[in-house]
Amino acid sequence: MNDLQNTSGNADAQLNKLTIIVDSKKDLPGGLLPILHDIQHEYGFIPKVALGIIATKLNQTEAEIHGVISFYHHFRLTEPGANIVEICRGEACQAMGSKQLENHAKTSLNIDFGQTTTNKNVTLEPVYCLGNCACAPSVKVGDNVHGRMNDKKFDKLMNKLTTFELSLSDNKLQENK
Amino acid sequence: MDVKVFIPRDTTALAMGADDVVKALKFQSKQNINIIRNGSRGLFYLEPLLELATSNGRVAFGPVEVDDVESLIAHGLLEHNIDKLQNHPLYLGLTKDIPYLAKQDRLTFARAGIIDPINLDDYLSLDGFKGLEKALNLNNQQIVDEVKASGLRGRGGAAFPTGIKWQTVLDAPASQKYIVCNADEGDSGTFADRLIMEADPFVLIEGMIIAGLAVNATQGYIYLRSEYPQAKIILEQAIKIAYDKNYLGKHICTSNNHFDLEVRIGAGAYICGEETSLLESLEGKRGLVRSKPPLPAIEGFLGQPTIVNNVISLTSVPIIFTKGAQYYENYGMGRSRGTLPVQLAGNIKQGGLVELGFGASLDTLINEFGGGTYSGQPMKAIQVGGPLGAYLPKTQWHTQLDYEAFKDIDAVLGHGGVVVFDDTADMAQQARFAMEFCAVESCGKCTPCRIGSVRGVEVIDKIINHDNQKMNLELLNDLCDTMELGSLCAMGGMTPFPVRSVIEHFGSDLVKPSLAKGEK
Ligand SMILES: Cc1cc2nc3c(=O)[nH]c(=O)nc-3n(C[C@H](O)[C@H](O)[C@H](O)COP(=O)(O)O)c2cc1C
Ligand code: SF4
Ligand code: FES
Repeated sequence: MNDLQNTSGNADAQLNKLTIIVDSKKDLPGGLLPILHDIQHEYGFIPKVALGIIATKLNQTEAEIHGVISFYHHFRLTEPGANIVEICRGEACQAMGSKQLENHAKTSLNIDFGQTTTNKNVTLEPVYCLGNCACAPSVKVGDNVHGRMNDKKFDKLMNKLTTFELSLSDNKLQENK
Repeated sequence: MDVKVFIPRDTTALAMGADDVVKALKFQSKQNINIIRNGSRGLFYLEPLLELATSNGRVAFGPVEVDDVESLIAHGLLEHNIDKLQNHPLYLGLTKDIPYLAKQDRLTFARAGIIDPINLDDYLSLDGFKGLEKALNLNNQQIVDEVKASGLRGRGGAAFPTGIKWQTVLDAPASQKYIVCNADEGDSGTFADRLIMEADPFVLIEGMIIAGLAVNATQGYIYLRSEYPQAKIILEQAIKIAYDKNYLGKHICTSNNHFDLEVRIGAGAYICGEETSLLESLEGKRGLVRSKPPLPAIEGFLGQPTIVNNVISLTSVPIIFTKGAQYYENYGMGRSRGTLPVQLAGNIKQGGLVELGFGASLDTLINEFGGGTYSGQPMKAIQVGGPLGAYLPKTQWHTQLDYEAFKDIDAVLGHGGVVVFDDTADMAQQARFAMEFCAVESCGKCTPCRIGSVRGVEVIDKIINHDNQKMNLELLNDLCDTMELGSLCAMGGMTPFPVRSVIEHFGSDLVKPSLAKGEK
């Protein structure tokens, strides 16, 4: 995930990159979702400027593209924190105390679902099942699922994110998780 | 003898620390050690499960944590010192003899956890692509007839006979047809699709190719939920290998049959598991449910005839061809033929995947396999079939796993998810959640679902807060009627199932008796 700020100084480069992404998938049948995924993978969210480019290339209106983006919980139009932390609210996790965990996460991070910590380190999101229901409750950080979560383990996990953020780049964080 | 150790790369194994165990093992063993990253056997309460290959077969240890690696090595893991290893506290004996596994009917999941998911030779050595080989020698109608004869019904929830669906697509005239695998697995408490895609992806590819052969479809899509990044990696690796070895592409196994396959990722919408919503999403649109007819089998992806099948339906196809429809059909009871992979989840001591012929009782599953609750508290309720499934009280736990038996008690088997709650569960909150979930995930196309679910949360809150309980209970019942009768799809239509089951069987949680007396 690149920091948009790196490129915002160079709007042309960003437009170029977006155009390349859209061009590479625009002829796929039903290519809009793959395009949105690629853009979000690149930037962490869908930048506003992307909507116009997609709309033109797919022969749709910006409003239509926006309508699709807003239908899906996964897509975001604003920049998230460095780490997206998802807490499972599914029934199997509920049966193992996820409500308590959810409350603890919100209190300790001092944010609600859909919000980002002031240091921009963590964005908290609800999720409905991660397929780890036999070892609930489950939490996902980036692409990694963590099972049998509890308040203490959650704090440890969050601490690790903060410490690593100071010393390592995103890429290394993946490798050293 | 070479030291060969198996440690899964399955999501749950990873969630329980499998990668760290691998790192510790590599770091602490001074010699070369062959670590295979297999799929999971589905005995999730034992993950990370470490297996060691011995001359008598694979022996297992689990659950293995990083701190156990040192003692495993001290017990002679790297020297195959079975005499000494037998005394290790995590020693489980031969994997295949672990009762949880030995007592199952592993048909669809025959290879899960045994093989390296992306090793084609592993797959071929255990009957892989044998079903395809047979299908290549049959004509369209013969393939469809074999599936019909197996009695296979869709495992995604609706239990529609798979062979009949295929027949409809075969009979629909069109130059382009599609095979779409529904890998959206949105039901909480379920993980069978994920498990098999991560443990044995080639079996899904094989099932989809056979479906393509059956109806002359040359393009397939796997619509995979975005919450499953590990399954995506493994599926894409397997698809690439299948292309390289000509199982996919223009000349399947040197024949003139053509089948292309692509993974498409969903975007966190439960409703996109509903087949018409899925097709809209696959076409790059909002996932609004289509009204039926036309059926997707007649007008599906891009308006063309399309088979939409669940992962487990499609992964059950190869064995039907390898071993014959009769072999598969011999399992089961009544009109539920073959096996059902049940997923034990929630507050359960031994959670995991249990594949059994239809007919076993829920009791057997939760006690014999599940071993009771994780917390040690008594069990209170079991939700079967995902968020739209009923909560069953103890008096219904003798029910046999059979589509019709569940229907008789106003419940559903769905995708086979079994979520256990202990006696600390507040069932009023579970009823409230059912409505809340529907409000969050409704596609918004019809009013009973979109507005009804929001009203449902409000009404249940009032009941919980002792506000005109009697009147509000009546209102809730009316609302459930409206949603059931007036919704376009089962999202709104079945949300009343869990709610009504709470009213009927756990009413005292909703209307606390001591306080209810004061009500008019
Ligand atoms: C709200 C809703 C959600 C659904 N979610 C899924 C799902 O996640 N996976 C699935 O295979 N089927 C799901 N279904 C069922 C599909 O609509 C469809 O019946 C199924 O994909 C057909 O495949 P099968 O015949 O092999 O089961 C869902 C249905 C509804 C109404
Ligand atoms: S019942 Fe709900 S999810 Fe289904 S079509 Fe209507 S609004 Fe959409
Ligand atoms: S319900 Fe939480 S992981 Fe499935």
